[in-house]
Amino acid sequence: MSILAVMEQRGGAWNRMSSETLAAAQQLARELNQPASAAVLGRGLEGLAGELASRQLEKVFAVEHELLQDYTPDAYTKALQQLITQVKPWLVLFPHTYQVRDFLPKLATSLNRAAVTDVIAHRAAGGELILVRQLFQGKVNADIRFSGEPPYLASLQAGAYRADQVAAGSAAVERFAPRIDASDIRTRPLELFRESQRTVDLGSAEIIVSVGRGIQEAANIPLVEKLAQALGGELAASRPICDAGWLPMERQVGSSGQTVSPKLYVAVGISGAIQHLVGMKGSRTIVAVNKDANAPIFEIADYGIVGDLFQVVPELIEAVQKAK
Amino acid sequence: MKIFACIKQVPARDSQLRIASSGQWIEEADLTYEINEPDAYSLEEALQLKEKSGGEVVVLCAGPARAAQTIREALAKGADRAIHIEEAALLDPLATARLLAAAARSEAPDLILTGLQSDDMGNGQTGVILAELLGLPHASIVMQVEKKDNGIRVKRELEDGWFQHVEMPLPALLTIQSGINKLRYATLMGIKKARSKEIRRVTAAELGMAASAASIVMDKIYLPERTKRTQLFEGNPKEAAAQLVEKLKFEARVI
Ligand SMILES: Cc1cc2nc3c(=O)[nH]c(=O)nc-3n(C[C@H](O)[C@H](O)[C@H](O)COP(=O)(O)OP(=O)(O)OC[C@H]3O[C@@H](n4cnc5c(N)ncnc54)[C@H](O)[C@@H]3O)c2cc1C
Ligand SMILES: Nc1ncnc2c1ncn2[C@@H]1O[C@H](COP(=O)(O)O)[C@@H](O)[C@H]1O
Repeated sequence: MSILAVMEQRGGAWNRMSSETLAAAQQLARELNQPASAAVLGRGLEGLAGELASRQLEKVFAVEHELLQDYTPDAYTKALQQLITQVKPWLVLFPHTYQVRDFLPKLATSLNRAAVTDVIAHRAAGGELILVRQLFQGKVNADIRFSGEPPYLASLQAGAYRADQVAAGSAAVERFAPRIDASDIRTRPLELFRESQRTVDLGSAEIIVSVGRGIQEAANIPLVEKLAQALGGELAASRPICDAGWLPMERQVGSSGQTVSPKLYVAVGISGAIQHLVGMKGSRTIVAVNKDANAPIFEIADYGIVGDLFQVVPELIEAVQKAK
Repeated sequence: MKIFACIKQVPARDSQLRIASSGQWIEEADLTYEINEPDAYSLEEALQLKEKSGGEVVVLCAGPARAAQTIREALAKGADRAIHIEEAALLDPLATARLLAAAARSEAPDLILTGLQSDDMGNGQTGVILAELLGLPHASIVMQVEKKDNGIRVKRELEDGWFQHVEMPLPALLTIQSGINKLRYATLMGIKKARSKEIRRVTAAELGMAASAASIVMDKIYLPERTKRTQLFEGNPKEAAAQLVEKLKFEARVI
């Protein structure tokens, strides 16, 4: 019985969330009295595997193959299926990244199981493991249990475990050579790219006022823009506002937009889905205006006004102007 | 091209959620329902692909009887016909995908589109599982689809503003991200036409699917506990605004 953390790297650099997964694996290993190991996939892994060798782990699996150079769901699934079948871990943990979203359900299915995705916490007692995940975009929590035979598979939400808790130690590196054939890979990945240059740099803004779907329609956006102006800040938005074309994509905050950490972030009519929170939770002071007192945004806000933004925002603009 | 669009009916976005006394699910009695948001975009993408390269759009939905309303709305937007697997909500994405696979297999679609994630369960799994069950290549979190002579080329969204193009042969499955296109409204004509479009109703048993043991079990659901002490101002907006600005100026010192 063991716990295996599957790390994510691209071009020799770790995905930040990998360390959180490693920390979680070590913590669970202590609580469940099992050894923890880690695996990394790719080509030319000496450096990365070497780094992992100085962590408190039983083993480091360097899963090497030339067909793992560029990520494809087919090759990753093949490789991990073989590793899991050989190593027989009790629990396999992944960071809930875009890449893991792309292959973990496939991998689990190939093992005739369902994975538990986007886990935010766990409870381990008497060898039993309960995982907590969010439903309804963070408005409800659910306790989930695995049933049937291991291996059990789960991915962990960004920020759910702390990367700085990774324990140092030493581990033996074991090379694992999966059998993958070029004909197994049906998709052809091309170069990564970014869209045109950004003209607004929200990252350096000191004050950001961000608008969400509570604004109802494009014609109402100037109301929030006025608040941004009164505060001397930049206007930003949640994803649905940019999806609808009400504001340009470059003003989107969140996992698929910009990451910001101003000294003041005002979220107006934003519910606080995790994909939005990861982009702004580093802000020094967070203010939320929302009509729903149970909106998840209040979970991370320092100050909040529960009310109708169409009544609150005009009053806020006036109060800010008076205070200046 | 025969395109399948998998759509799920979920509680309307602004619903006030209450936990049912069983502690197993939410109180459903007073809820209104709508199409899962990413599924609206994937349906739209299916309709646009059909308009460009011809073929047929088939809506596939597993859900209780009330899901028929959401299916009708999809037909009114322009889908040609629908398959409704009439089963109460399934909580396990593998079980759901098995049902969808059983219905899709005999139809041999060229392309299957799903949303990337459901607003209620949020598993983000059903599409990718379905691809694996049907032995199809897939790409997830797709923001653009182009038909090529020998397959498709898609644009995948990655983290932090990065994208990647991926090519693959057909048949294939794509999970679609919100914002990929501009949604259309159903026209009056569309709504009228939808009334005579075919909705084939099947049950899990008719699809030859016996309930199999779930590999994950949801013990209970509950409202999350507040861990952070937020200073909340409620009531009169004018007073709340004044109090907040006072705090921002003298306590947080950010303005
Ligand atoms: C892979 C992936 C990536 C994503 N990336 C991002 C991202 O980068 N950024 C992002 O923001 N989202 C992202 N999302 C989407 C995210 O999951 C949420 O759907 C989105 O953040 C919700 O936006 P919202 O809060 O504006 O809308 P909603 O969730 O609809 O919330 C609207 C809020 O407004 C409130 N409201 C309504 N009317 C009023 C009123 N009159 N007065 C006051 N309050 C009111 C409601 O109570 C509600 O809380 C991503 C999702 C996925 C799956
Ligand atoms: N019951 C269902 N019927 C049809 N499609 C579904 C159903 N459940 C999930 N899906 C599809 O799978 C996607 C991902 O759902 P989930 O794995 O629950 O996040 C959704 O966006 C739908 O396109």
